[in-house]
Amino acid sequence: MKPAPFRYVAARSIEEALQLKAEYGDEARFLAGGQSLVPTMNFRLTQPAMLIDINPLAELAGVKIDAAERVRIGALTRYRNLERDPATERNLPLIHEALPHIAHPQIRNRGTIGGNLAHADPASEMPAIVVTLAGRLRAQSMKGERWIAAADFFVGALSTALEPDEMLTEVELPVAPLRSGACFMEVSRRRGDFAIIGVACTLRLDEQGRCAEARIGLCNAGDGPVFATDASEFLVGRKIGATEIEEAAELVQNAIDPGGSIHASKEFQRHIAGVLTARALATANERARA
Amino acid sequence: MSTDSHEITVTVNGTSYRRTVESRLLLSDFLRHDLLLAGTHVGCEHGVCGACTVIFDGAAVRSCLMFAAQADGHAIMTVEGLAPDREHLHPLQESMRDCHGLQCGYCTPGILMTMKVFLDETPSPDKAQIREALSGNLCRCTGYQHIVDAMQLAAERLRG
Repeated sequence: MKPAPFRYVAARSIEEALQLKAEYGDEARFLAGGQSLVPTMNFRLTQPAMLIDINPLAELAGVKIDAAERVRIGALTRYRNLERDPATERNLPLIHEALPHIAHPQIRNRGTIGGNLAHADPASEMPAIVVTLAGRLRAQSMKGERWIAAADFFVGALSTALEPDEMLTEVELPVAPLRSGACFMEVSRRRGDFAIIGVACTLRLDEQGRCAEARIGLCNAGDGPVFATDASEFLVGRKIGATEIEEAAELVQNAIDPGGSIHASKEFQRHIAGVLTARALATANERARA
Repeated sequence: MSTDSHEITVTVNGTSYRRTVESRLLLSDFLRHDLLLAGTHVGCEHGVCGACTVIFDGAAVRSCLMFAAQADGHAIMTVEGLAPDREHLHPLQESMRDCHGLQCGYCTPGILMTMKVFLDETPSPDKAQIREALSGNLCRCTGYQHIVDAMQLAAERLRG
């Protein structure tokens, strides 16, 4: 047996799952896709006393668009379903472009957006994307529910703002607006590996073709997803050309603090961040004009 | 630390099994040790190598990243379920043999199960699509080229 002993409960309702989590707190973990949690259990790096399996809770999965033109994605929605949903490309082009970079087909067949976000791996794509899109995350407990801005959700490597009795149940993201373009790019050693650096960006242009809004986020560039505030603010109000892109890329390079590893030094990561930012901004700009 | 057990009913390759399993028993170990279906291979046991890939409710998944208890009420297909009978191989297996798509064979069951679903859904794949679909399965012998050839041949044979 690879994992340490634990008790397993297949939840029959959200209430039951939340009740158990309230009772066991940090001793219990929710099991969604298990594609990050189970490897750490197999290494015995994580030894929960109880696993609360939320896979039977179909009401936690699915994508809908609310009256305010925001996409609401249930936490248990698998990447497989986002990949196969034709609306993903139209409404969430950033996610559509990032999906092939998220591990491998077999992992995406099980992996869920909520599990990915709650795991909060700084090298992971989805945390950087929800921060870039200024999404909101819904946390539920027996006491009620609250919405957490993506920027406040990630508090460090593998740490989130979720309380021990809370479950992440839903992700809310804006539908891509008119005259906007998005781009996701990543460099990894092999297809599906963790990113050495990943860059997500969205641009919205005004009627004169000037930048009305810019948002740039990065993965594996710090302790959590990094939002490049200076670079994003710099672009607003400008007509985006080669000079502006170069300046924004430099601002991104100054804003990040990548950890470095045996595969890529900090300097190399910073270099890649600049190159990818420039390419991603140029691509997003072209798409916004199309 | 305490543990518990669960009685599960699971369908594997069309046969229904009823077993009692400890919570921490991985699906891969359940298939191999409890059901004695040792065709599913176990490589890294942390979701990287793809050797343990099985088809779970129609989707290729890593059986080392699921618990047997989660399989209660679900249907699984393993490599033992591919060949139609003892005398014949599945076109995927024949094509792997004909193209020398394996050497040591350790990764082969996982590749077969991954590609079974892929070819069902993508009957006329190009090489790039095959490589993308194969990206989650490590093979340290072949260099993949012959596996890609085998999959193109298999796709052709399956189209009839």
